Amino acid sequence: MSGAKILLECLAREGVDTIFGYPGGVTLPLYDAMYDNPIRHVLVRHEQNAAFAAQGYARSTGKVGVCCATSGPGATNLVTGLVDAMMDSIPVVALTGQVTAKLIGSDAFQEADTFGITRSATKHNYLVKNINELPQVIHEAFYIAASGRPGPVLVDVTKDVFQGNAHYTPVTSIHLPGYKVYTEGHTGQIRRAAQMMLEAERPMIYAGGGIVLSNASEELRELVELVDAPTVCTLMGLGSLPSEHPNFISLPGMHGSYAANMGMYNTDLIIALGVRFDDRVTGRLNAFAPHARIIHVDIDPAEISKIRNADLPIVGDLKRVLPKINAVLKELKTEAGDRTGLRAWWKQMREWKEEHPLKPVVSDTEIKPQHLMQEIDRLTQGKAIVTSDVGQHQMWAAQLIRFNEPRLWINSGGLGSMGFGLPSALGAQVANPDQLVVAICGDGGFQMSIPELATLVNFGLPVKVIVMNNGYLGMVRQWQELFYANRMSQVTLDSFPDVVQLAGAYGFKGRTVERPAELAEALQTAFSEPGPYLLNVRVSPTENVYPMVPAGGAINEMVLTPPQPAEIRK
Amino acid sequence: MLQIISLLVENKTGALMRVTGLLTARGYNIDSLTVARTLDPELSRMTIAVEIEPHQRRQLIKHMNKLINVLQATDLTDAPAVTRELVLMRVRAPQESRTAILKEAEIFGARVVDSTLEGFALEATGDIEKLDEFIDIMRSYGEIEVTRGGAVAVSLESKKLRLSPPVPRGAEEPKSEEKNGVI
Repeated sequence: MSGAKILLECLAREGVDTIFGYPGGVTLPLYDAMYDNPIRHVLVRHEQNAAFAAQGYARSTGKVGVCCATSGPGATNLVTGLVDAMMDSIPVVALTGQVTAKLIGSDAFQEADTFGITRSATKHNYLVKNINELPQVIHEAFYIAASGRPGPVLVDVTKDVFQGNAHYTPVTSIHLPGYKVYTEGHTGQIRRAAQMMLEAERPMIYAGGGIVLSNASEELRELVELVDAPTVCTLMGLGSLPSEHPNFISLPGMHGSYAANMGMYNTDLIIALGVRFDDRVTGRLNAFAPHARIIHVDIDPAEISKIRNADLPIVGDLKRVLPKINAVLKELKTEAGDRTGLRAWWKQMREWKEEHPLKPVVSDTEIKPQHLMQEIDRLTQGKAIVTSDVGQHQMWAAQLIRFNEPRLWINSGGLGSMGFGLPSALGAQVANPDQLVVAICGDGGFQMSIPELATLVNFGLPVKVIVMNNGYLGMVRQWQELFYANRMSQVTLDSFPDVVQLAGAYGFKGRTVERPAELAEALQTAFSEPGPYLLNVRVSPTENVYPMVPAGGAINEMVLTPPQPAEIRK
Repeated sequence: MLQIISLLVENKTGALMRVTGLLTARGYNIDSLTVARTLDPELSRMTIAVEIEPHQRRQLIKHMNKLINVLQATDLTDAPAVTRELVLMRVRAPQESRTAILKEAEIFGARVVDSTLEGFALEATGDIEKLDEFIDIMRSYGEIEVTRGGAVAVSLESKKLRLSPPVPRGAEEPKSEEKNGVI
């Protein structure tokens, strides 16, 4: 059996049904083997988008996403997508071709040191020069990608391995003695955590991407209801608790709501679940939750006390740990005293919510970006898969669109890669062919991934691409306005293409809307189109995202409205 | 102060790069590094001497332990451990200073491994500070050429080595409907 066929057989045994990829010289033998193999190959238009699409597939399903590229430029083009998956802990396996083993190091055509280049871009990586190692390596790669704290794994395979022949014996087990996965959590710590939760007067649950990755939303909901704590979900954790749940406050951090940040500032106990105290959440560290003790549950021991010291750490899988905490909570709750402190805390929380709600701005003369998100929210009802690029539109979408289930909100949280929205939507649509998938792009990010419009048409993927077009790199412009004396350097995006012609050139429908009155109908038309649709929404060009915690600021010192120094809350 | 980190790693391509990569990515310059096979030829023992900001030390050890190829990473800086280094040096020794040099070498427990009319080649082992002193003294006799072997350390406590057991994987035949893809 050829190495290429062995590789595909191993993928089938891992349950792989789809590969996002782009062929090239050294992967010719692999692509030849794919020709009559049942695994579906989605031909993207750029390798970076193969990695993003594999992430869209993985993020929307929880399965490992697979991408494939050739040696040299193919492999180097994957790198951004791999680092992106690394930052957000997304299970992806990347397969790359490498030049024939005996040519490695000779500056051969399309040779790059993929193994070296991707060392820090992956959870683990492999260079396979011996066909007999191939099956073992492939199964290890999938195991590492999906287990523990998930992440990307790259397997670089030399051309002679694809071409070589070997007797194929299926692998039955793999052995990684140094790969430690802690799942269960410490029983004593779990008990103490539950006690702390019931004793706290002003508890806050801080839930992140770990809940989504561990499929622990149900368990989270039970915990939230048992402790009855206000709950914030991070950008990566949106949907882990339904947005419509009464305990859900909103997003915390730089563009979090007033209530979320005031809650995080004033709490006496942070229950941190699958989060990493990102600087965009904490703001200035010495002013983050200064009165709080911290319970931190995470599967990765290196996250514990990395940024903020954990008073009670639990290393384990949330799916395994939360039910144990819930069981102790139920047992203790009957004997727990009158929680009057908690009632006062909720009263305060409701006041903060009413004081400064995340209320969309709507105008009669121009479409406000918040208005766009509000309409998308109204039409999707917390049920659609929504992907985004990076920038202002991402923040408004996160603030204003409801997600009533996990794995609906797909965005590049940690790395903040522009151009993520369209290819990740493509991957999510491949995995969820019957679901409404909306890609909300900025006019900047969209132009980074325009070539994938062809892939949508090619594979019949009915993604609705909504471009929130303000003619600027809005988030950069916002910072230039606020912190660089409004000197707008290189942020104006002129010459945006005519979308009717652009979509038409690819063979589907596009439209531009500018008037608020047209917006609802235009979105409705886009969403009911059976195929892909490109909607260019001209929004107010200078709208800024608020609330905002300026970089290095304290989370309780949000800027709530456009800058008038007197109004900055102390 | 130098930190001494001892690692037990799989003897595999790239294992060294992964460990040193964690240090270089954070901008740390490695003072010394030694690697050699253990009794089990599939494993290597690595000793790294490197200066790390105190608050980063625990974090870095955790990251080293996360590497798939690392079976165990231990910070021996403040732990009961013995750290030694080997140094080889050539000393120019004219007639009048030969006796004095040999006397000094004897004080530091160094051995003469080669002797010529021009001078000696010496071999010394000891802890890092002691070797620093030895080198300083030998310098006072004139030109020297030094090769240091880098710190090697052994823990004096037996720390339980936790290894993960094999995991069943890959034996399952693909289901036909899965093979045909969802779409």
